[in-house]
Amino acid sequence: MTTIDTALPQTPTAVRREALYFALRNGKLLVGLGVILILLGTAVIGPVLLGRAANDYVGLPMQSPSSEYWFGTNTFGQDIFVQFVYGLRTTFEVGALGGGIAAVIGMAVGFIAGYRGGMVDEVLNMLTNIILVIPTLAVLLIINAYLGIRSVGVQALFIGLTSWPWAARAIRAQTFSLRTRDFVDLARLSGMPSRKIILREIAPNMSSYLFMTFILLFGGSILIASSLDFIGLGPTEGVSLGLMLQNAHQWSALHLGLWWWFIPPGAGITAVVGALYVANVGLDEVFNPKLRET
Amino acid sequence: MRQYFGRKLLIYGLTFFMAVTINWMIPRFMPGDPVAGMLARARVTQPEAVEAMRAYYTNLFGFDLPIWKQYLNFWAALLHGDFGISVWVFPTPVSTVILGAVPYTLALMIPAVLLSWVVGNRLGAYAARRKLLDNSVLPIGYVLTAMPYMWLAVILAWGLGVVAGIFPVAGGYSFAMRPNWSWEFLGDLALHWTLPFASLFLVALGGWAIGMRNMIIYELESDYSNYLAALGAPQRLIRRYAFRNAVLPQITGLALQLGVLVAGALVTEIVFSYPGLGSLILKAIQNQDLFLLQGTFLFIVLGVLIANFIIDVVYVVVDPRTRAGMAGAAA
Repeated sequence: MTTIDTALPQTPTAVRREALYFALRNGKLLVGLGVILILLGTAVIGPVLLGRAANDYVGLPMQSPSSEYWFGTNTFGQDIFVQFVYGLRTTFEVGALGGGIAAVIGMAVGFIAGYRGGMVDEVLNMLTNIILVIPTLAVLLIINAYLGIRSVGVQALFIGLTSWPWAARAIRAQTFSLRTRDFVDLARLSGMPSRKIILREIAPNMSSYLFMTFILLFGGSILIASSLDFIGLGPTEGVSLGLMLQNAHQWSALHLGLWWWFIPPGAGITAVVGALYVANVGLDEVFNPKLRET
Repeated sequence: MRQYFGRKLLIYGLTFFMAVTINWMIPRFMPGDPVAGMLARARVTQPEAVEAMRAYYTNLFGFDLPIWKQYLNFWAALLHGDFGISVWVFPTPVSTVILGAVPYTLALMIPAVLLSWVVGNRLGAYAARRKLLDNSVLPIGYVLTAMPYMWLAVILAWGLGVVAGIFPVAGGYSFAMRPNWSWEFLGDLALHWTLPFASLFLVALGGWAIGMRNMIIYELESDYSNYLAALGAPQRLIRRYAFRNAVLPQITGLALQLGVLVAGALVTEIVFSYPGLGSLILKAIQNQDLFLLQGTFLFIVLGVLIANFIIDVVYVVVDPRTRAGMAGAAA
């Protein structure tokens, strides 16, 4: 019996334990994840602890960072640290929502095109290629300009609707290589419906890949949203890191020397997106034995 | 060959068709009434004036015609090069305004994109599998690609412009000058161009370096590299072969990144008030000049499509396998 036990290392729990083993020893993943968790914690708990609204006028304008105002105040006397914490929250919301919507569409299109093939694939592939070529930001500019009142949710929705093509393309290619495998054929012979085959047989075999795609879409959404905010098409209410940058630029923080106004928001975006990318590389090494450094 | 380009051109044609259709649809099918919106923004109180303006705008969009006719008219105007009249610099046609801004954007983007691609690829190729270099190039690369374009632009403008005072931080040339072909003016133009160029170049650089590094590592592990190494070929030769193979996906990557690069150029221009399409978009949004915005959108789409096609041609020239495959398919 013992020989059989050792000969079966590929049970799901064993695979999971192996992944965890390498995950806990991967510096990139730990650092990336650590930074994200700290920032996410700040974004979730911060506003509760601060007990102030984001745009309250709290003190004298143009104060440099001090023990009372950690990141100083802007030309209107708003606390930049409070804005930063609320902005971080918006950033995560846009990333999760926009990245999530893009991931769902990308997966649906990729799986169906890759699994079905033939005419369905032709049509979906054509659609993917067309949307891939159109510059996303330009479309979002027009949509947002015509939307009078803008919210974070709507912004994320449109970002999600336009940024899925590369993900669909990558998932389609992966599905293509999986669909002729024996276990998929077996499932098909046993009369499983296509939807179930995709969800039960194909998707789990590329789950790590799907998760990494989501991470990249998450980071991408954040960067697109910050560009939109900076151009002046951000949410009309509330605060986001991109809006803070826009305000700082518009009210010439540069020339007034208010570096504490424009450094934190950009650093926040860079930290979130950079940590996501680094964690992604770490995950890649965990799931792909070829890339592990020994 | 003909089939390959035919397919590509079909996709680009359809893309342009879709872009124009989106452009036409958004004012008509978005929630809210664009005419009412424009009237509200104009803040005119006299009822007669409001009525006159309503009639004017309704006529301008052609809202009183049946939908299919509006759509055909839109195309007809477009094919005549008529993008409407700008509200911001009334009564200049939108196409004139845009054509005045395009050279600045191109002068900024083309060198920044090409140079960052070339330098990034070299850097990534050198760094791959070289511990010391890799440990510095990789983290810097990740920080650079994670940066929002406008943030690096703001930091450069602040550090090198406001604090150090080396470079000007706004405009395409000094306000005291008039555009002419003197050396003095060209030097001034170059001085104003440097910082926007540098920030575009740096942010794009990181992504290319990381991509190339990963591709080279992948290529160095492939069979042909191992075979060459077993034959005793020098490392430099193996790396040169790896580079030539790794450059191909990077060319495709350039096509995929075009949209992001355009977006980066737009926000960078806004930071430096550089008189290209980005500043134009900002002005259009601030002045609710929706015709100008829509015209700029179509210009950007057209530019990206042309760039895509050029990259397709380059790919066929660079990769002999695509040509061989096409010839084989034709025969």
